[in-house]
Amino acid sequence: MSGDSPEQIRKETRVYVTVFVALAALTIITVAVSYLHLSGWRAIGLALFIAGVKGFLVAGYFMHLLSEKKLIYTILAFTVVFFGMLLWIPHVEKDGFGTVQRDEVTVPEGEH
Amino acid sequence: MEMEIPYTVHERPDTGLYNGKLGIWLFLASEVMLFGSLFSALVMLRTGAASWPHGYEILNIPLATLNTFVLIASSVTVVLAWASLRLGDFAKGKLYLIATLGCGGIFMIIKAIEYGTKFSHGQFPRTNNFFATYYTLTGLHGLHVVGGMLVFAWLIWPGAKMWLHERQRYINRVETTGLYWHFVDLVWIFLFPTLYLL
Amino acid sequence: MAVQRQIRVGKTWLSPKEAEKALREAMRAQEAEERAHGPHQSFWRHYVFSTDHKMIGLQYGLTALSFLLFGFLLMLLMRWQLGWPMRALPGAVAGLLGETAAPSGIIAPEFYNSLGAMHGTIMVFLAIVPLAVGAFGNYFVPLQIGAPDMAFPKLNMASYWAYFVGGVIMLASFAAPGGAANSGWTSYPPLSVIAEHGQTFWLLGMIFLITSSLLGSVNFIVTIVQLRAKGLTFMRFPFFVWTQLVTSFLLLLAFPALQAAAIFQLMDRVAGTSFFMPSGLVVSGEVQAYAGAGNPLLWQHLFWFLAHPEVYVLILPALGIIGEVIANNTRKPLWGYRSLVFAVVFIGFMSFVVWAHHMFLTGMATSISAFFQTTTMIISIPSVIILTALFLSLWGGSIRFNTPMLFALAFLPMFGIGGLTGLPLGLAAADIHLHDTYYVIGHFHYVVAPGTIFALFAGIYYWFPKITGRQMNEKWGKVHFWLSLVFINGVFFPMFIQGLAGISRRLWDGGMQYAHANPAFQTNRFMSISAFCLLAAQIPFIINLFTSIKWGKKVGSNPWEATTLEWAAAPSPPLGHGNFHEIPVVHRGPYEYSAPGSEAGFLPQHAPDPGPSPRELEPEPAAQPA
Repeated sequence: MSGDSPEQIRKETRVYVTVFVALAALTIITVAVSYLHLSGWRAIGLALFIAGVKGFLVAGYFMHLLSEKKLIYTILAFTVVFFGMLLWIPHVEKDGFGTVQRDEVTVPEGEH
Repeated sequence: MEMEIPYTVHERPDTGLYNGKLGIWLFLASEVMLFGSLFSALVMLRTGAASWPHGYEILNIPLATLNTFVLIASSVTVVLAWASLRLGDFAKGKLYLIATLGCGGIFMIIKAIEYGTKFSHGQFPRTNNFFATYYTLTGLHGLHVVGGMLVFAWLIWPGAKMWLHERQRYINRVETTGLYWHFVDLVWIFLFPTLYLL
Repeated sequence: MAVQRQIRVGKTWLSPKEAEKALREAMRAQEAEERAHGPHQSFWRHYVFSTDHKMIGLQYGLTALSFLLFGFLLMLLMRWQLGWPMRALPGAVAGLLGETAAPSGIIAPEFYNSLGAMHGTIMVFLAIVPLAVGAFGNYFVPLQIGAPDMAFPKLNMASYWAYFVGGVIMLASFAAPGGAANSGWTSYPPLSVIAEHGQTFWLLGMIFLITSSLLGSVNFIVTIVQLRAKGLTFMRFPFFVWTQLVTSFLLLLAFPALQAAAIFQLMDRVAGTSFFMPSGLVVSGEVQAYAGAGNPLLWQHLFWFLAHPEVYVLILPALGIIGEVIANNTRKPLWGYRSLVFAVVFIGFMSFVVWAHHMFLTGMATSISAFFQTTTMIISIPSVIILTALFLSLWGGSIRFNTPMLFALAFLPMFGIGGLTGLPLGLAAADIHLHDTYYVIGHFHYVVAPGTIFALFAGIYYWFPKITGRQMNEKWGKVHFWLSLVFINGVFFPMFIQGLAGISRRLWDGGMQYAHANPAFQTNRFMSISAFCLLAAQIPFIINLFTSIKWGKKVGSNPWEATTLEWAAAPSPPLGHGNFHEIPVVHRGPYEYSAPGSEAGFLPQHAPDPGPSPRELEPEPAAQPA
């Protein structure tokens, strides 16, 4: 950790508490928004955005990723790329790059 | 001649890491891929389904919101425990660790109540794929919570002896366990909206 | 270079030769002292619940070799049925299998399916990976990087025992009602979900094996990155260490996908969920009691997300072993060390982006097929770079044709055949014809059997003296090699012919119904005879392995005159705790054979500098951890 002096640690402690307050506030916001029953993409986008911000706060401050060693960043960079590949799977299955879908292939009339 | 394994306590100069910290991050990278697969399956099943209920129509939002607060609180207590131990305050550190363990316990109790209610309504994993994903994802997350609680229990009671003669190593273990615990929190931060709120 | 150097030992000045002799004597005395007064451990602590990476490596090795033989025997049963369809097995074998598996001695179709599924599972997950990574990696990676042990010795023990439990569960599944898993090693749903209990054992076993490899891979990466000796930069790693590092990353990041998939399938089977179960599934005229709306292709994606990187887990450590053996026995540095390293890292990365080439026939969008066949063609490039560099390493070398080297030399063309026959499978159009035929079996067996397994044999013959202080018998080693080489080709080469003729890989009777392929299935008997001869060819190896432990030729610490730390710096066998007398300091790259300025013809990595060598004048840039 950068700086192990008592003042430094106490300063960190204050950051932790602030982050906690922010996380609690964001939780309230995301729940409140969910009661609005927004339509499809708007609801998903907003919920994931808020979750993303919360995730950033936890990873960045609680897991002190904002001041981590280069080696950790390298490992996580690879992981993020492969994580992206995993999340691409449903897309591969559904409609590829936006071309013909498997269940959209239709046999023209009269060729049965 | 017994040769000590280097860098178990102190950082290796060129990587700036001690072994445990690199180890836990690698483990978490693997966990990212595990939960990534779970989320990927959720997205695939949900987008491919003819109909899929909104989580808020079926699941108990207030209870899950409470659980979110509990888990966030436990995340902050564990960093505070680490900070206290680094300041040399074992009593306070231990108190924060117990608070963390307690939060984990409350989380699991609330989870059990949630499951129990669902079961009593005849809603089981086999009911449909909404419940299948709900139970499997929250269940695996719950197992991670229980795993973390076991480690905290070890740190609070039998492992606390390390504070006397291997202080730095003990602090390191609190740090690495904390990193794992934050990750479990992080997973919940994404599970909560995707399962309950959407 | 004629200046006579003098080395000061204590108060006297000695010539290098005398100094070396004195040093050796001192080391021998110290070693005897250490071995005699080392910490005494109980039998259980020392041999069973050991935390010493060498003992764990041996445990992995012996367990994995047993599974290798077991998996081979399963295959022989299949070859019996294929070579002589419907002929009763010899009485003793039939009696052992029982009436359900082999009614009146004839292998039942369900049992044949179990044999296929379990042969694949055992060979991949219980034999080759544990041997290549668990055994060789565990024993030699810490030695090659100058570490006293693995970074987390207890985790290492846990990793072995998780593997052991997984193996026991897999074996126990043969006794389950309905027999062992019989839905193929790929366990495709919905077949696997409605299968008998053996599949549940399979899934539980896999969960243990995946946990084992997760613990192992974390341990390997931390060990390699953190515990490497002073001066051992990444670009000075022996090639074997690089391959193990990349392999560990593949295990770490690819296996969780199968972990998730196995959990889903377990839920489908045990809790009645429908992750992989489509709506309205009808089996034998009965509508299945599943809620449905699941997706069988989800399993295939998650499975191959692991299983393609797994293919590289099978081959990379083998390439590492081959690199070591070739450098040592050509007495020159590996040709293009840097290209080899970058190729391995690139393969590791690309192996995550090619998985759906196993799924061309699932009806995916053509643009997706195009994407995956492009990535598949790209990943073949680094493989060719590696093979080319290894071939070029032979050029101009004064090759020592000992047993490990013979296996390594045979590996090159065998792996070449395996790799090149993969290209038509990676192209969607050609794959339509070849998919699910014996061609596929021939392709990946050439990669894994005369490929990886030959490399593992090379490794066993090469490193045996380090483990035991004795050498395996060369004459019987050569007998083992030549017979294996001939018969293994007899088993696998006709598979290409059969596959091109369109014979399906999964037919119990070997394709008797395929009138159009009639001439091609005539080769079945030839292949089966080759397979039984291949078993006979392993007998000299098994006897040689065990008798050499006691009666093999005694050799010194570095019989192959190698440069890497495990030979040059550690005694044979390495010391119980800590491996080395003192942790070596590394001064140069791994393969300084025939280096100018070295009187012995090679410069060990840790030997003090005899003056600048041309190769070292170019400073190594600081390497970035991968």
